Amino acid sequence: MDSSSAGSLIKAAESTVLRSWVQAQLAHGRSRELLSEAQVREQSRSFLATFAAAASQNIEGELTGPHWDDVRAALTGLSKSRASTGFSPAETAAFVFSLKQPLFDAVRSGFGQDTARANEQALVLSELIDRLGLLTVDAYQQGRDEVIMRQQQELLDLSTPVIKLWEGIVAVPLIGTLDSERTQVVMESLLEAIVHNEATIAIIDITGVPTVDTLVAQHLLKAVAAARLMGAECIISGIRPQIAQTIVHLGVDLGDVVTKSTLADALKVALSKCSLAIRPARTQAGA
Amino acid sequence: MEQIPILKLGQFLLVTIQVELHDQLALTLQEDLTQKLAKTHARGVLIDISGLEIVDSFIGRSLAHIAAIARVMDATTVLVGMRPAVAITLVELGMSLKGIRTALNVEKGMALLQSSVRPEEQDEEEDEPAVDPGATSSPS
Repeated sequence: MDSSSAGSLIKAAESTVLRSWVQAQLAHGRSRELLSEAQVREQSRSFLATFAAAASQNIEGELTGPHWDDVRAALTGLSKSRASTGFSPAETAAFVFSLKQPLFDAVRSGFGQDTARANEQALVLSELIDRLGLLTVDAYQQGRDEVIMRQQQELLDLSTPVIKLWEGIVAVPLIGTLDSERTQVVMESLLEAIVHNEATIAIIDITGVPTVDTLVAQHLLKAVAAARLMGAECIISGIRPQIAQTIVHLGVDLGDVVTKSTLADALKVALSKCSLAIRPARTQAGA
Repeated sequence: MEQIPILKLGQFLLVTIQVELHDQLALTLQEDLTQKLAKTHARGVLIDISGLEIVDSFIGRSLAHIAAIARVMDATTVLVGMRPAVAITLVELGMSLKGIRTALNVEKGMALLQSSVRPEEQDEEEDEPAVDPGATSSPS
């Protein structure tokens, strides 16, 4: 018998292997909660078909060739989708590893009396499955990273809205820590908003910024300087008592930037700079 | 030779940069503007850089120099129409152009120039009537 015999053997015993594989998957693991039995069966069936097709071509070595590319692509896609569905890494890897036992059984029964040959082939298969297992974990990790990256981007976009408070007055309520990447996003959206709204005053509200250190202050001053270059004046508001103390203790020089403790105060200043004022409405009795 | 037009508009000079401002052009502009300021006795300079897409430290410094020269020649400089990307670049280069006044567009820049020049004008106008009665009273 040649080395491809284990592959062709798997192809022959495909339905038996599939049955015991699906059973093994359903027996343990949470797959039942996250995927229906039919889904597990379908995923297993299509993967096993690809796997068997590839195994009947070449079962040893580095798993190269168009057939193994198919297997790799199928497994990568599956692992990524499981990563986003909420499977744990172990559960995802178990998909491939639980295939080991059914394959060994198939090899053992296929080779019958030739135990030496059966062992040899089982070893080859075991190595193969291990390799696929590593690939699964890699793809799973990659899928998780993609999820994290996407969420990070969404968080960035969500956390930097620019609000038009009045004709010519825009405000950015900053929430969360300011790092250089976020400052960049904040700065860009603030400047875009200044152009779009033809704003002459921009209020940067830092009520939601937990701490202000020298780096954050530097980032803030950068945004202020950029807004000034665009012809808009900046007011920093939402300076809490602790933050005021920190700024002074750190020796941060905010220069000639107008600072106010609340957004309301800042709005008042901004309105007066635009020669506007808020007056109490005249009541019916008074009029 | 390539040149950036300098237009006289009332008592102000209007410079519109619509081409890529390379180093030699910036120097030429600086020279031309100084000459024009001396000739016209303009009170303000409005530089519109809405066409400027790329700046480097040299251009940033040239703009600062132009503003400083104008100030020495008793004219206010207002820089208008800076693009967000340009503003970010200048700030990242550490050039916040502290000495230059800025505005969002030509209209606002003109209003800013007029308001910054007017107080002095009003002083002059107030001075003249104050002198006139004296001048008219002496003959009578």
